[in-house]
Amino acid sequence: MRENLHRFFRAARGAGVHVSPAESIDAMRAVAQVGFSDRGILRDALLLTLAKSQDEKLALGDCFDLFFSQPEPRQEQEANDNDTPPEGSQPPSPDAANDAGGGQPTEGLGPLAQMLLSQDRNAIAAAIASAAGAASLSDIRYSTQRGIFSGRILDAMGLQRLRDDLDELTAANPSLAERLRTALEGLREAVRDTVAQGLALYAREEAENLRNEILRNAPLARIEPRQIEEMRALIRKIARRLRERYSKPRKRQRRGHLDVRRTLRRNAAWGGVPFLTAWKRKHRDRPKIVALCDVSGSVARVSDFFLLLIHSLHEVVDDVRSFAFSSHLIEVSDILESNSPEAAMTEIMSKVGFGSSDYGSSLEDFEHEFMSTLTPQTTVIVLGDARSNNLDPRADILRRISERSKRLVWLNPEGRMVWGFGDSEMPRYATFCSLVRQCATAQQLERAVSDIVASYQ
Amino acid sequence: MADQKASTSIEAVESGLAAQGYIASRQIATAVYLSQQIEKPILVEGPAGVGKTELAKAIAAWRGMKMIRLQCYEGLDEAKALYEWKYAKQLLYTQILKDKLGEVLGGAQTLHAALDQLHDFGDVFFSKEFVEPRPLLQALEQPGGCVLLIDEIDKSDAEFESLLLEILSDFQVTIPELGTVSAITPPTVILTSNSERDLGDALKRRCLHLHIGFPEQRLEERIVESRVPGISQTLRRQMVGFIHEIRTLDLKKLPSVSETIDWARVLVLLQAGELDTEIVKDTLNVLLKYEADIEAAAPHVTTFIAKAARSNVFG
Repeated sequence: MRENLHRFFRAARGAGVHVSPAESIDAMRAVAQVGFSDRGILRDALLLTLAKSQDEKLALGDCFDLFFSQPEPRQEQEANDNDTPPEGSQPPSPDAANDAGGGQPTEGLGPLAQMLLSQDRNAIAAAIASAAGAASLSDIRYSTQRGIFSGRILDAMGLQRLRDDLDELTAANPSLAERLRTALEGLREAVRDTVAQGLALYAREEAENLRNEILRNAPLARIEPRQIEEMRALIRKIARRLRERYSKPRKRQRRGHLDVRRTLRRNAAWGGVPFLTAWKRKHRDRPKIVALCDVSGSVARVSDFFLLLIHSLHEVVDDVRSFAFSSHLIEVSDILESNSPEAAMTEIMSKVGFGSSDYGSSLEDFEHEFMSTLTPQTTVIVLGDARSNNLDPRADILRRISERSKRLVWLNPEGRMVWGFGDSEMPRYATFCSLVRQCATAQQLERAVSDIVASYQ
Repeated sequence: MADQKASTSIEAVESGLAAQGYIASRQIATAVYLSQQIEKPILVEGPAGVGKTELAKAIAAWRGMKMIRLQCYEGLDEAKALYEWKYAKQLLYTQILKDKLGEVLGGAQTLHAALDQLHDFGDVFFSKEFVEPRPLLQALEQPGGCVLLIDEIDKSDAEFESLLLEILSDFQVTIPELGTVSAITPPTVILTSNSERDLGDALKRRCLHLHIGFPEQRLEERIVESRVPGISQTLRRQMVGFIHEIRTLDLKKLPSVSETIDWARVLVLLQAGELDTEIVKDTLNVLLKYEADIEAAAPHVTTFIAKAARSNVFG
């Protein structure tokens, strides 16, 4: 039964419920108190100890029902075999029942063949369950393993012996052999179902993790169209995590050390006895971020994700101004703040997107209209590949931007290897940046933004 | 054997709470039973007015223990929740005892000896005398145990949650001036939350997580029966049925159990024998707390009454 509980924890993790070792210990203690006999109470106890939110409760409840719908591996198999099967489990065909009960020459056959011929569904289900345990079905992770596990379970049930029996019977008693063959087909199907159920129980999380892991490290520019939705979901997840981590209420935790001078002055009336204390306030930079995002044709796919992330930045940090450009530059802060991510992106793309990039004139636009937004507290983030179609890169403007701001961070979706080749002006721009990062995958994107936001906390 | 004992104990919890007028679903009873057996706090979530706070009161009454309540709010800190150090009193004592100190130290010949003697008295100035216990510390200090209700934990700040962690897992708390204070008898801790803010994982991990939603019809009838004794069965069925219909509407605030009970009392007071459109329309404001909700529900009243009456016949 302990074993069963452990398998259930694994299944629960598969269903997306976080079950830490400490929680599993709690659950075991709880189960030790309530016992297994009443399934309803057992369900309640597990839900109470393991699930930490209403969503998790629902997921875990489903998982519980699915898990305990499988018969447990039973010990009293032999006893069942000898009993006459209960009326309800008999198949409707009467001659089959007659054959099984009617003293047919089944003596020489193996246990599996006898079980199949007797059509005792309970015994068969129990045998499948115990064979599934023996084949450690709970280790199944990927759908490609279905065949292997089916094979293992069938082997554990004695498929080899059954084959031999079949060979013998084909010559001796063809009609019985035919029935056995049909029964075997049924068995294969039942095992396939068991494995599919096992996959549903145990593999969900692993498969999802693997897919996310692959996505996380996949180059943004080379995401296939069918993966874009998943990628968006992943970026949104990253954005949510950033938001959770950094958007804690900022007003507290600002009390610093005791301000001795002010304390003494305030308490002069009591002869310097410190009745009232005065505290220093921690000084904190107000986050100011200016983001410039390249949305030209060459980085169109990546800029989609960039904009998504900038959108989330707007929710985390109070003071963000965003600009998008390809051949000329516009401010997009309002669009991002008043729209859903998708709507904002479509609007931005329709206004300035997909053009051929001209960093020089875009930087000129910025200098003419928005240079005054930069203060010595501002972090400027440029997201782009620095490919300017051989037009004047105007690196001098970037230098002035860098001089006016606190930091200038450049995130480039291209690999370092190709910086400076073709029309890439990256090396020239890089001299004026405080930080240059390659930012081609979701993971790199997350780290970069996390660093930027963290420096303000 | 163990199973037998366990299931009767859950029933014991159920009947014990019922004796206090709290009709618990089996899940609630299981949670209360488990929290006693494995000494874990219960975090109760659910909409307002379904009896989260009542549960704590019922447990305290049933087990004959004192209930200590800590109402959480934004800005609640350890000085208000745990203990406060009475600096002024300490200072006053020091001033008054100055002469006494002189006497004590007068005997010492050297500075070193004086320091040693002072050492012996050091603990006097960091004693419980100067600690003003607040609810959390009070709860730990109850010799016979108690029920500690930490109400609306979601209203407090994240920092306060961290402060609770030590108490919730080990039933002890560390006071810098005094050291660690452990509970004499671990209190039964009930935390309630309306999910206004997501609680931290660390807090959730230390608790049994109980969600109390709106009760099923039968359960709610039993609750009304126990809370409003004078009400006829017909009326009870009808009004609970009616409320369940109301809860299917998209309202700002759905009526919860406390509103059901209020309404039942009002109906008894008006000596209503059955629901009819007139009386429902007159008393809808007991059930619904927003003008917009009342307006939204008004057109459905007649059909809902009919439905409730029908379910009464078949139920």
